[in-house]
Amino acid sequence: MLRASGTEVLVRARGLTKKFGSFSAVDGIDFDLYRGEAFGFLGPNGAGKSSTMRMIGCVSPPTSGELTILGADPVRDGSAIRARLGVVPQDDTLDVELTVRENLLVYGRYFGLPRRVIRERADALLEFVQLSDRAKDKVDPLSGGLKRRLTIARSLINEPEILLLDEPTTGLDPQARHVVWDRLFRLKQRGVTLILTTHYMDEAEQLCDRLAVMDHGTFAAEGSPRDLITQYCSPEVLELRFDPEMHEAAADKLKDFPAERAEVLADRILLYVTDGDSALASVRASGLDPLTSLVRRGTLEDVFLRLTGRRLED
Amino acid sequence: MAALAPSWPSSSMTFRAFQCWLTVYRRIWRSSVWSSVLGPVFYLGAMGFGLGSLVNKHGTASLGGVSYLAFVAPAILASSAMNTGMQEASWPVYGSLKWNKIYIGAQASPLRPEDIFRGHLMFMTMRLAMNAAVTIAFMWAFGAVRSAWVLLAWPVAVLTGVAFAAPIAAWAVLAKNELSFVYIFRFGMMPLMLFSGTFFPLSQLPGGLRLVAYATPLWHGVALCRALSLGAGLGLPGALGHVAYLAVLAAFGIWAAGRTYRRRLYV
Repeated sequence: MLRASGTEVLVRARGLTKKFGSFSAVDGIDFDLYRGEAFGFLGPNGAGKSSTMRMIGCVSPPTSGELTILGADPVRDGSAIRARLGVVPQDDTLDVELTVRENLLVYGRYFGLPRRVIRERADALLEFVQLSDRAKDKVDPLSGGLKRRLTIARSLINEPEILLLDEPTTGLDPQARHVVWDRLFRLKQRGVTLILTTHYMDEAEQLCDRLAVMDHGTFAAEGSPRDLITQYCSPEVLELRFDPEMHEAAADKLKDFPAERAEVLADRILLYVTDGDSALASVRASGLDPLTSLVRRGTLEDVFLRLTGRRLED
Repeated sequence: MAALAPSWPSSSMTFRAFQCWLTVYRRIWRSSVWSSVLGPVFYLGAMGFGLGSLVNKHGTASLGGVSYLAFVAPAILASSAMNTGMQEASWPVYGSLKWNKIYIGAQASPLRPEDIFRGHLMFMTMRLAMNAAVTIAFMWAFGAVRSAWVLLAWPVAVLTGVAFAAPIAAWAVLAKNELSFVYIFRFGMMPLMLFSGTFFPLSQLPGGLRLVAYATPLWHGVALCRALSLGAGLGLPGALGHVAYLAVLAAFGIWAAGRTYRRRLYV
């Protein structure tokens, strides 16, 4: 198994399964997560990412299989494990009746930290997420990006060894996302192990040393972003868009085209090739006339399409 | 030194959860203070003096010979404790999952569902104690108290409130929507308030209905508070019986909430 960082296994799962009634949200997955790495569960909504995260967060008992976190059993030792975890949930759970700083103070008390320690850490964390000047403001009027940064600061009040982030930048504008990514990257540099879920391929590429591509509660593939792209995608991708009336006919014709693989989407046709420009020249030479064309490198989106037959954000 | 501050409260998970509610309450206490103070004043004024002046004209033999104000005041103490208990255990519990998500945030910390519940119940108990103290102070100021035993009516009122709050919280944490709360107030709290000997002695009710009233928790709170405030009408065994009934209900609620909170939070 590929390892990005240390050799100490912090989270170990074997045949991990979560069922709701007869529905298997997580269906027998195996993984080892190592200290210091950033590991991502990449998949569309409903793939079982959040259920996996809740099990790791010790707030959802596994239906079957083994799960060990920091060497302990999440069902029996959940409280002690959670004392060493930080959790950034998908929906912010900040108390909007309190100020920015009070949210940190209250949260620190949950961990039984002395008030002086909490105050010191709160100030340092607000500095870290660049919210010091808003410390005394109410939470309610803050923008989504600021709230998310505050949630991240709050999750760090107990100086966790593992930080769990469920869709950390969903719903944020591009600039706010980059600020969050930057802060998470710094945390990783400090040695915090990051475990996150995302359905954004750029986020997975930016943040994760290793990824598990999840679909229907199972792992479709696992590896570093680069390895996954090399393994499951051609070096280049040629995207073609035709007149909607010509779309089907073009798709038929391109099926026999000498490409590694062709993928027909509702609005575009993707050709997986080694050399995009020469492929485009051949397409034109065969008499097809695309309205637009784009040559790009293979991405995780292509990996996902290849593995599941669906797009990530559908 | 702050770092070496007494460790017993911070080591108690329940107390950690309770502190969160205290911080929130410091922010919002102003809005609750009016209902806590004006509620008993309005009730004591309207029932005790308004309705009371009519009742007293027709003689109060059936009330045990005391003025209507003295009769009704301890019952208002008990029933407003029920009211507070039900209020604090319904919307705030639901809101801790759906609105301000205090429970969801706390869940990711070392606190277990039982700690989260007990911390919240501790806060509800504090609110009950505050409101009951205010009500007893007004009872005394209005001249409605006949005995120093009324001091014991304070913990009894709190117990009455907890006997409602704990089971209601156990149920509210599983509520799918807010509509259920409207029903429990309309079809639970209202009839209890009207038919538990609050505003008239139960002897005025037909026999069958009287038996039903004896079985309701509020009647036990009302009967005990009234006996303590009037300093008459109840022996020790009867008093202990009332306390036992309310304590069993509270204990059941605490046990049930431990289970329902776990079921709701650890999906």
